[in-house]
Amino acid sequence: MMPLPGEERLFAAVSEATCRALREAEIALPGDVLAAIRKAADLETETVARNELANILENIVLAGDRGLPLCQDTGVPVVYVSLPSSVPFTQTLYDGIADGVRTATREIPLRPNVVSPLDRKNSGDNTGPGMPAIHVRPGKSFTITVLPKGAGAENMSRSAMLLPTEREKIPRFVAETMLQAGGRPCPPVVLGVGIGGTFDSVAALAKEALLEPITTMDPFEQRLCNAVNSLGIGPMGLGGKTTALAVKVKMAACHTASLPVAVNVQCWAARRATVEVRW
Amino acid sequence: MVTSRNLRTPLGDEVLDLRAGEQVTLSGIVYTARDEAHERMMKDGIPFDPRGAAVYHCGPVISGSSVLAAGPTTSARMNALTGFLLDAGVRALVGKGGMSPAVAGMMRGRAVYLACTGGCAVLAASRMTLRGVFFEDLGMAEAIWAIELDHLPLVVGIDSCGRDIFSEVGERAKLQFTGQFST
Repeated sequence: MMPLPGEERLFAAVSEATCRALREAEIALPGDVLAAIRKAADLETETVARNELANILENIVLAGDRGLPLCQDTGVPVVYVSLPSSVPFTQTLYDGIADGVRTATREIPLRPNVVSPLDRKNSGDNTGPGMPAIHVRPGKSFTITVLPKGAGAENMSRSAMLLPTEREKIPRFVAETMLQAGGRPCPPVVLGVGIGGTFDSVAALAKEALLEPITTMDPFEQRLCNAVNSLGIGPMGLGGKTTALAVKVKMAACHTASLPVAVNVQCWAARRATVEVRW
Repeated sequence: MVTSRNLRTPLGDEVLDLRAGEQVTLSGIVYTARDEAHERMMKDGIPFDPRGAAVYHCGPVISGSSVLAAGPTTSARMNALTGFLLDAGVRALVGKGGMSPAVAGMMRGRAVYLACTGGCAVLAASRMTLRGVFFEDLGMAEAIWAIELDHLPLVVGIDSCGRDIFSEVGERAKLQFTGQFST
């Protein structure tokens, strides 16, 4: 893909930053996630669960040592851009990000995961129509954040249009999501919960909640997390104390007659990285 | 740590002695297979000797002749696609998240489900050597890769007597859920 005339430098800078962010995210977990997994390992008493968490921690060390992706499901690229007013908001931004994804796929390497939805033909480079998924927001700094999203956990995500009087059903809906998921999304998970907005935006909110550091939870998030952990699903669904490392909530205003709720499930490999675009 | 039983493919009746919750290691050749490989095998036949074989639910990252990352994929997607493999003599399914009661039923008296820690792709790859490939046209994630294992750490998730850790944990979770949210 060729950059627009006059925007070659922007294209190259965005591509380089996207590739750099993917490399960082795919190989090393953020410090807050690693700390949460270590804490879960310390809390666990059952042998099977302790072994699962020990395998996870060993895998994290090996991936770092060898410079290899933590998980073979290197995900689909979800990208968040913070764009200052000094940078032109053009197609070049999107094309540069796609180029960075292609380079990362070749060089890290990443597993080619992106296919066309019905004939299942693989593009071979992790791009395609609407993919990478790109979300642009105005901001002070020019940064690219990547959230590579694996399918095992993504497939267990759910949304619902609750009634405005069903606010108390939100903890039930969140816990029910993990009850149905069991070990399939590779627990211990992080749950991103979206509340409010519209049918489409609530799922985006749930995903954005996964960008938040999991170091702290507010009382509502802690209540949701306790409800999930009381199920005892445990690491990999083999039973144990920690089913969710954390639950993070993002809200938006909504119609007086609606209460949209979405839960985006994220496996223990809660990969995300933010880099500054150098240009 | 408890000493693990060391299994090697081709597997025989030793799988009948395994009990759910037991830590094991697996060595020897295993064959990766996901959704599309299962569909292809049902159509065109199994391209390897299934007797005593272990099928690994996995779509690895391969580079040249190396396995770089190869953790398990969600086994439940293969629930409805598994019977013909067990009938052909496959003695172990390796994956994550467990399988349906119907599959557990079909494994009774002949095969086991071995759970591999999900997401631990580099740990798994560090115990692997690539030996061959079938159906490569399906693409990297969906092809059948013949991989030699050297003591891959696993836990028996479903044994040949029908005991299933995943469904036991699931039943307990359901009770907890009902207790907490009954309306």
